[in-house]
Amino acid sequence: MAKVTIDGVEIEVPDGTTILNAARSVGGDIVPPAMCYYSKLEGSGGKCRTCLVKVTQGSTNDPRPMPKLVPSCRTNVMDGMVVENTTSPDVLEARKGVVEFLLINHPLDCPICDQAGECDLQNLGYKHGKEATRYEEERRTYEKIDIGDKIKLHMDRCILCYRCTFVGEQLTDERKHGVINRGDHAEISTYIEKNIDNEFSGNMIDVCPVGALTDKTARFGSRVWFTKPMDAHRNCTSCSGKVVLWMKGEEVLRVTGRKDQYGEVDSFICNTCRFDKKDAKEWTIEGPRHINRKSVISANHYEHLKEIKEDIVKYQKQIAEKINKG
Amino acid sequence: MGRKLLLEHVNVPGIETLEVYRKMGGYSAAEKALKTMAPDDITEEVKKSGLRGRGGAGFPAGMKWSFIDKKSEKPRYLVCNADESEPGTFKDRYLMEKIPHSLIEGMIVSSFALGAKTSYIYIRGEYFYVLRILEKAIEEAYAAGLLGKNILGTDYSLDLYVQIGGGAYICGEETALLESLEGKRGNPRMKPPFPAISGLYASPTVVNNVETIAAVPHIVNITGDEYAKIGIGRSTGTKLISASGHINKPGTYEIELGLSVEEFIYSDEYCGGIKGGRKLKALIAGGSSVPILPAHLITKTATGEPRLMTYESLSEGGFVSGTMLGSGGFIVMDDSTCIVRHTWTLARFYHHESCGQCSPCREGTGWMEKVLHRIEHGHGTMKDIDLLVDIAKKIEGNTICPLGDAAAWPIASAIRHFREEFEYHVKNPDKIQDPKHFYHQPFVSEVVNATPEVN
Repeated sequence: MAKVTIDGVEIEVPDGTTILNAARSVGGDIVPPAMCYYSKLEGSGGKCRTCLVKVTQGSTNDPRPMPKLVPSCRTNVMDGMVVENTTSPDVLEARKGVVEFLLINHPLDCPICDQAGECDLQNLGYKHGKEATRYEEERRTYEKIDIGDKIKLHMDRCILCYRCTFVGEQLTDERKHGVINRGDHAEISTYIEKNIDNEFSGNMIDVCPVGALTDKTARFGSRVWFTKPMDAHRNCTSCSGKVVLWMKGEEVLRVTGRKDQYGEVDSFICNTCRFDKKDAKEWTIEGPRHINRKSVISANHYEHLKEIKEDIVKYQKQIAEKINKG
Repeated sequence: MGRKLLLEHVNVPGIETLEVYRKMGGYSAAEKALKTMAPDDITEEVKKSGLRGRGGAGFPAGMKWSFIDKKSEKPRYLVCNADESEPGTFKDRYLMEKIPHSLIEGMIVSSFALGAKTSYIYIRGEYFYVLRILEKAIEEAYAAGLLGKNILGTDYSLDLYVQIGGGAYICGEETALLESLEGKRGNPRMKPPFPAISGLYASPTVVNNVETIAAVPHIVNITGDEYAKIGIGRSTGTKLISASGHINKPGTYEIELGLSVEEFIYSDEYCGGIKGGRKLKALIAGGSSVPILPAHLITKTATGEPRLMTYESLSEGGFVSGTMLGSGGFIVMDDSTCIVRHTWTLARFYHHESCGQCSPCREGTGWMEKVLHRIEHGHGTMKDIDLLVDIAKKIEGNTICPLGDAAAWPIASAIRHFREEFEYHVKNPDKIQDPKHFYHQPFVSEVVNATPEVN
């Protein structure tokens, strides 16, 4: 076990835990944001640099501070380590820089982007970004392409977190896509226009932190905040079948995995559940999904619809009584 | 004349062949090491010699060797980094082209010291003709029993392979090099784990520069203590310097560390002074990634001490008034140079070579290049100069590998020392239309004029 202090909060975690996971075990403001790390994908993390933290004391045995800011998702805790996240001005400054870098070539097309409302980059931008850009140059653009018949790739929006390539590598039998070119011309692409047709390929939509990979069966269906998420399940032979249905009235617009407060799914779901079961009758609906991510969609008003309805009836009665009394 | 070790026999005709190389005393270190020394003795000698990595970072080679995981049951590897891509550096090419056997001998001795049974030389794609030279030399060595099974009749066996890269600067970073050697995309790895624990094929690996490895046989021959006597302080031994730019005699020179910068630039033995009798304006001392120095800080440090060609003296004053020895790419610039144009050229290089894995470097290098392009072509504003400083600061230290730092340092230092010139570009867009705008009428700086003239 190792004792680590993050922003003044003392935590005891098993050896070999990363700083990020140690912080997540407590939760709250001490958790650094992460755009590329995904706990369920091996080898992910370290690339986006939003989770940089300052280590002011390496360990009890070696109390020297680390010379540079370290990525908390890839740095293991040591006994006696002291970490500064939001309490360090250096970290906040670096994070601001990273957010600015991520946004300079981003098209900022949130008004027409399906991910808007549940986008990690949007949330990060609101929290750590500046109100105006200093970037006056032309943004780089790409053509939109279809990777597989169910997934659309908007490379303009991609932040190159590499998560989808890890999905391709670790969830599917045959990886057909990856990163080509380098520097700011790097892009996600398929191997010579190959189609991605694997039962679990749809999960790359769920792991994408931005709107680069979107579900073609649900694109432009509705803004996410006009839909209500419902936990549902069905008997599925290839996956757990536990999903979230994003519904408008009785209509199922979109099916996704169940994401936790850090935007990570509990279990990966198969393409049949995701793309083909768009009828509410095929699902056993458990109830409204509680969204606890820091996002515009976490108002969770639909959870209380029943009470609100009762309230309205109550008030209507009261008003009616008043009128009757005259 | 300084002492020569690496390039002592470089002008002997036919030195690239095994026959002549052996006649000049070649492979005597391999014989001495394999027949009379234990592997740990060699590491000990290298430690005593104080040899520091010649690739740029200057990390003590003996210490790097001692980090290798000896408890691991996996095979150990030695990888030679011949992916010399730093602009202004061409020493390894010269060494491999002229005396390929010195590298092979170094590989044999170093592999024996580390206990590696298979070793690789990773060479950059553009050095295709050097690959041919090396492969021919390796063939000769195999035929003479210097490589393969039971080298020189001992029970030590080594296989040596040359692998050619695709020509990416980033593959000179040791973990990107290992990825590329494994056949993957050349993205730097996250550290830790360091290659000494988990490197090539997740096995303990040491990655060394060509020059470092080529120096090992000399250390074995003359002993570590003797080698440590060459040079000054913690900068021991000889170093190859690739001199280029506005000098009379560009080329690769072997110097004893501790030579003064003034002597190196102006003596006829080395660079032979500034070309065409022009004034010295700036210097990049160790390859394009290190901070640039203005004229008044080249031959003397900020405290007035003479500047020497050592790791310590060149970095005296930190980044405020110093630089780094780096890989030894010595670029001299006279007063016809436009620093803005020069900085833009470097920024273009780093933009082109960024691997695109981590965001600050991927986006920042391109942004800096575009802003510099604007300033150089007369469309800049005063705000842009501060913007560049800010971008450089946000890249520096926040990236996975040192390429981000390497891209940020030249730009930050150019603005630190030559801010006036950037401002001139913003204020006088009409005077910089000609790409050679300072050729006929050099830029006159008030700061430089206020300091004693250097000739």
